[in-house]
Amino acid sequence: MTDQEKILSDVTGSDYKFGFQTVIDTDTIPKGLSEEVIRIISTKKEEPEWLTELRLKSYRHWQTMKMPKWAHLRIPEINYQDIIYYAAPRRSAKYTSMDEVDPELLDTFNKLGIPLEEQKQLAGVAVDAVMDSISVKTTFQETLADKGIIFCSFSEAVKNHPDLVKKYMGSVVPYTDNYFATLNTAVFSDGSFCYIPKGVRCPMELSTYFRINTANTGQFERTLIVAEDDAYVSYLEGCTAPMRDENQLHAAIVEIVAMENAEVKYSTVQNWYPGDKNGKGGVYNFVTKRGMCKGDNSKISWTQVETGSAITWKYPSCILRGNNSIGEFYSVAVTNNYQQADTGTKMTHIGKNTRSTVISKGISAGRSENSYRGLVKVLKGATGARNYSQCDSLLLGDKCGAHTFPYLEVDNSSAIVEHEATTSKIGEDQIFYCNQRGIDTENAISLIVNGYAKEVLNKLPMEFAVEAQKLLAITLEGSVG
Amino acid sequence: MLQIKDLRVSIDGKEILKGINLSVKTGEVHAIMGPNGSGKSTLASALAGQDYIQITSGKMFYEGKDLTELSPEDRAREGIFLGFQYPVEIPGVSMVNFLRTSINSIRKYRNQEPMSAGDFLKLMREKKNIVEIDSDLTNRSVNEGFSGGEKKKNEIFQMALLEPRLAILDETDSGLDIDALRIVSKGVNKLRSPENATIIITHYQRLLEYIIPDVVHVLYKGRIVKSGDKSLAKELEEHGYDWIKQEVDANA
Repeated sequence: MTDQEKILSDVTGSDYKFGFQTVIDTDTIPKGLSEEVIRIISTKKEEPEWLTELRLKSYRHWQTMKMPKWAHLRIPEINYQDIIYYAAPRRSAKYTSMDEVDPELLDTFNKLGIPLEEQKQLAGVAVDAVMDSISVKTTFQETLADKGIIFCSFSEAVKNHPDLVKKYMGSVVPYTDNYFATLNTAVFSDGSFCYIPKGVRCPMELSTYFRINTANTGQFERTLIVAEDDAYVSYLEGCTAPMRDENQLHAAIVEIVAMENAEVKYSTVQNWYPGDKNGKGGVYNFVTKRGMCKGDNSKISWTQVETGSAITWKYPSCILRGNNSIGEFYSVAVTNNYQQADTGTKMTHIGKNTRSTVISKGISAGRSENSYRGLVKVLKGATGARNYSQCDSLLLGDKCGAHTFPYLEVDNSSAIVEHEATTSKIGEDQIFYCNQRGIDTENAISLIVNGYAKEVLNKLPMEFAVEAQKLLAITLEGSVG
Repeated sequence: MLQIKDLRVSIDGKEILKGINLSVKTGEVHAIMGPNGSGKSTLASALAGQDYIQITSGKMFYEGKDLTELSPEDRAREGIFLGFQYPVEIPGVSMVNFLRTSINSIRKYRNQEPMSAGDFLKLMREKKNIVEIDSDLTNRSVNEGFSGGEKKKNEIFQMALLEPRLAILDETDSGLDIDALRIVSKGVNKLRSPENATIIITHYQRLLEYIIPDVVHVLYKGRIVKSGDKSLAKELEEHGYDWIKQEVDANA
């Protein structure tokens, strides 16, 4: 082992810092999946009949489906009867003020740096925090309500805004969509709902923070964002989980609808527990995220920084239905140790003069496997469609893998589709150049990697970008050779 | 300031430097000349601590410290600067970010407070003038898309900013047109002081018309075969290296 390799392995070997578990009284239901379990979830959440039926319909359909095998991933057999599908902090039923929230719970979110307390809200981020299956507290609700913005847990939305939920839920990701989306529709427990009325620019970043706490639980949340004509919202999502030896399943759905001239920015910093150095434990992150640019001139932009999870299977996508609508996907995916990621996007051009941009930056270290998989589909009617895709891979060390799977389906001859791909390694000469200027190898790697990912990091809101930079450094600590 | 004693260096098992002896005092400028493949750049790499350099015997002392015991970054922090022959590009990393990280790493090593963004930018502006560097060069990524001349100017700019005690300039003149050569030389001369020392590695005498060395050494086949004052450089310019080669080979 050369010195550099040693430093690399030290750095990549650094510990996950969100691995604590909160000792909290939790209401869980027994392990296993059945129609009865689904009814229990639905009853606990006091859901209307239509939703219970949708869940059951999904469950029945799911039983006819097979787990997808096309991804470049080795996924161990998952025993769906061994998972707890509902876990909620006991006292969570209803809070009218912060004083009623379990202090342990607040402490957890404080440790995670979530500004849940009133004074910290001045920082200006409205937060919906989801612990296991339940939305713990949605901050800033009143301020937002003044503008007619609805930002609440999914469960509350089902109770208070059933018409909106019924209208849009499943309109972008139908319950039959794919194995994990169908499972989610059957068992989803909570999530966030956000509605921006016509002509309103949401004055602050909205954010959801997801946390898996209880052992053996799966997390199946749903997020639904609807932006009416001329509305704008920027939405942030963060996630962490305790360190556990067993794998945990996270199968979420995010649906976005953007009407005429509306714009939605969705940013994720995904830091689920990635498993230990030997690949033991970690979260399976099988997520369906899709946005529909329904109205003309609408825009949906996905930005993701993926550093966590043992296995990631995730393709935030845009359906560009409105004329002149725009879809964007900016991604940094980092894998280290034994992590696997198969991630990318789908851009479906339906409307005229629709445009999409895909910038993907993969970084692989350790013995990890990192794949970009992206589909650009231009339908017959999408005259003047334009796509630009750029997929770069950066390798640290020689035991990791980087793969690119671009798919292009173009049915309109006026479309212009560009794809560029590069693969590079961090050069020893680059590191030495930094060393010679007094910068140690660890900081050199962090500098080089952040430079490499800059195009994407620049798309993140300020406070998130700083967090993401730190995360990149931590995730890659000790990983060049 | 620098003592090199009977230094032998191999790369991939092949001996490149075969017993170098060199002593550089504070305030001096030494030029190391020699034909291609004589080991000039290897000497620079050995001083900076490139990891492919194998030191088989001999010693290098800098300010009384054994250099082989210091990591490359610690050598830099101790005040050794290498102006690279081929400066690498680091895409996406701005010069500002790079140099600020650099200067603060060095300051930290010396138990100094990190420099504030404001002070740093002021310092950058100041030093840019020394090498007549275009202001937008510093806003670009490290060496990315720089022309050959810009890269070399950028090395001198970094040297001006970091104020090393011992600067080693490896073929800084290669690929420079006459204007760039003048600017680079002017920069080096401005930075010359009784407190620091410079080693200039060059193939041509051209640069030494602008930067007057105190001592000129000729490196050939891994050994310093001749040392003299600036007139030695002149002699080499007129007669080439052949007469030295013949002299050495005849004695071998």
